[in-house]
Amino acid sequence: MTALLQIDGVSKQFGGLQAVQALSFTVGKHEILGLIGPNGAGKSTVFNLINGVFAPDGGRVRFRGADITGEPPHRVARHGLARTHQIVQPFMTMTVLENCTVGACFGRQNLPLARARETAREMAVLVGLEDRLEAPASKLTIAGKKRLELARALAAQPMLLLLDEVLAGLNPTEVEHMIGIIRAIRERGIAILIIEHLMQAIMSLSDRIVVLNSGRKLAEGLPAEVAVNPAVIEAYLGDPDLAAKLRSGPR
Amino acid sequence: MIGLLASIVDGVLIGSVYGLAAMGITLIWGVMDVINLTHGAMIVGGMFGLYFLTEGLGLPAYAALPPILVAGFGVGVALYWVAVHRMVGRPPLMSLLSTFAVNLILIGLGTAAWGTVLFNVSVSLPGFSLGRYTFPGTHIMAAVLTAAIAAVLYFFLYRTRMGKAVRAVAGNREAAELVGIPTTRVLALAFGLGVALAGVSGMLIGTMFPFTVLAGDAYQLKSFVVTVLGGLGNPTGALVAGIALGLVEGLATPFMPVSWTLVMEFVLFVAVLIAFPGGLFNFRRSRRST
Amino acid sequence: MILRRPFFWIVAIVILLFAVAPTIGNNVELRESLLLAAVYITLASNLNMMLGYAGYVNFGSIVFFGLGGYFCVYFMSALNWALVPAILAGGVAVSTLALCFGFGILRLRGVYFALATIGVNEAVMAFVTNFGPWGGATGIYLSTELFQPLGGPARALWTIYYVLVGVMGLSMYLSYFVKVSKFGLGLRAIGQNEDAAAVLGVPTPRYKALVYSLSAFLPAIAGGLYFFKGAYIQPPDAFDLQLSTEALVITMLGGQGTVMGPALGAYLYEELRGWLLTSATFSNFQLVIAGVLLLIIVLFAPGGLMGWLYGRWPRLRRWLE
Repeated sequence: MTALLQIDGVSKQFGGLQAVQALSFTVGKHEILGLIGPNGAGKSTVFNLINGVFAPDGGRVRFRGADITGEPPHRVARHGLARTHQIVQPFMTMTVLENCTVGACFGRQNLPLARARETAREMAVLVGLEDRLEAPASKLTIAGKKRLELARALAAQPMLLLLDEVLAGLNPTEVEHMIGIIRAIRERGIAILIIEHLMQAIMSLSDRIVVLNSGRKLAEGLPAEVAVNPAVIEAYLGDPDLAAKLRSGPR
Repeated sequence: MIGLLASIVDGVLIGSVYGLAAMGITLIWGVMDVINLTHGAMIVGGMFGLYFLTEGLGLPAYAALPPILVAGFGVGVALYWVAVHRMVGRPPLMSLLSTFAVNLILIGLGTAAWGTVLFNVSVSLPGFSLGRYTFPGTHIMAAVLTAAIAAVLYFFLYRTRMGKAVRAVAGNREAAELVGIPTTRVLALAFGLGVALAGVSGMLIGTMFPFTVLAGDAYQLKSFVVTVLGGLGNPTGALVAGIALGLVEGLATPFMPVSWTLVMEFVLFVAVLIAFPGGLFNFRRSRRST
Repeated sequence: MILRRPFFWIVAIVILLFAVAPTIGNNVELRESLLLAAVYITLASNLNMMLGYAGYVNFGSIVFFGLGGYFCVYFMSALNWALVPAILAGGVAVSTLALCFGFGILRLRGVYFALATIGVNEAVMAFVTNFGPWGGATGIYLSTELFQPLGGPARALWTIYYVLVGVMGLSMYLSYFVKVSKFGLGLRAIGQNEDAAAVLGVPTPRYKALVYSLSAFLPAIAGGLYFFKGAYIQPPDAFDLQLSTEALVITMLGGQGTVMGPALGAYLYEELRGWLLTSATFSNFQLVIAGVLLLIIVLFAPGGLMGWLYGRWPRLRRWLE
């Protein structure tokens, strides 16, 4: 069974900095794959390489069997891949509904305006924005804007959703709510590749985890395995002895 | 062949002044992401400043430089507060329109006052002769003064505290504010400097060529071409690119009618931008959140 | 259903007023000033599609008007075409050129694009000034015989006027249809945040080139009509940057991104100008006034008149566009 998304030996350099180095992993059709790693590990760059903001220096990106390496973002979106941003990018003067309609109109299904509005409405309801449909995006709270970003990406009916730190800046209640939404998205059969710093959240959501450090893959596996991987702990804490001490438990 | 070489050398001399003008644009653009569309009018201002100081007050030509520098700075700071201050942080389109509006006002007033009359400032300075060819003294002097001013600018930017503040604000305005740099004052200062550079380059051009109120447009276009070629926010690049443009002009003018020079420069401008959307020497990384 | 939108009827009434008012008493003077207004509104409405929707300033939009004029005048004088095919062919030719050129020039982002558009106008003017078949610097004169098929010069002027009013109305309707279409939604997304729009799948290069080309069509036709009427075209008149500057000011004054904005702006601008320029009309002072207006709008009311109205009375959004 071919994976939905296949990253094969992908690299990217910016000036003197090797942001991503020979990275390979896959995302399966109904999987939630978590991407973690210390700050600066290259996680957002990986997203940018997948959805076409940058073209990789080397390696291939395959989506649904087709080679999408280096294709511009709007074409990648048409293939059925959607993405949210770490710093939300709503269309400020447009309403919530209009924002989502853009997603529905120009995503994979390329719907005409009337039908796109239906899908847009559906998605806005899914994330809990049904009572703010006519509000301009600029008037939403940060949590609302994050939900809008999500709804907009979903409105495109993607097969794979890239979530970039969608929980950042949310309080515990909002985090819970968002996790529920993410689970609901998976129920709909959409695969998810998620970057997150909130450990509990990403560990509980993901089927598998890939750990990045300095642009390379450090570890890969089930959340439980990765959590006790000494190399992973060292990457986060920087001290191998400390890792051993932590594993041996409290004194 | 020698004639062509002479033309090229002369082009380099003149080109350095283009570089100076472009430094004015690139400084403002680099520090606050604002395109100063009054640049042309400011150049013309420098030209007229020269005229009135020499013809009206009888000053020797190059003595006009300090007053024009200071006046340009003052005008720049005033302009900042009137048209630009509220635009910083808004989409660059807005500052484009606000400076464009001021330019309309200034050029409109200028043409109302002086029409399209040709003004000429005669500066007698012995040139440098090589065989049949003379390099006008004014051109040489202009290049020398440009080098001096550029040197002072570098000293300011890289060796003084205020200059460091300017570079900091150019790099990341929010971070600069967080460390306590009075960003608004720095922005006003940078704008004043940019306009001062424009005024001085206008003055130097005025010593070399006759001018009208409408001459600013052509030099503004040249400044933008040079800025783009040299890379945004990069004063060195601007100077080098200015000299390069002067060189190209020196190469082309023997073979091309004058009206086509501007067209050629425009085509160059667009072509470079299409090929290198960030300018040729793009040292500033994009500020997008990717 | 557009017939139910009040806006549709407002525009229809405006067109009717334009058409009928000068016929009362054969008021040629009124017709001439309304003709100029119609030209301004056409230019501003089409400029608005790029500026107000996609957020791209076209400083040199007059190049479409001038080129359209040249194509039409050339087709009629050198190739002996009738008026209607000539203006239509002019419109198609200019839009096609704009489409091809658009793909290239619109790779330039926002600000660079704006600067480049000034250069486009200058470059085209320089080219035409040296282009023999189009009369070079002297331009092209049309003989009055060409007015015969239209019933002679006097009647022809009226016909041209009506057609131009029609073009003005079409510009406003076009602006509306684009705004409420999927294309328009994509354009507005580009105007808000081009990168985010691309990530969502909006085909940004294609859409930008398309709106550039579309915004060229009706101004080109208007240019054809305008210069045919004058029976003379020469480069400085055809590519007069001041006209596109005024179109820009009008668009901003009325409210960019709205459909009624350009029309209201044109009216306001004419009124203000007539008010402030008492006796002599120095074209320089026109520029000064335009500059002052633009500065005030950009600094204090970037949404223009419509923006201010919508802010005060949000209900108005249902009635106007």
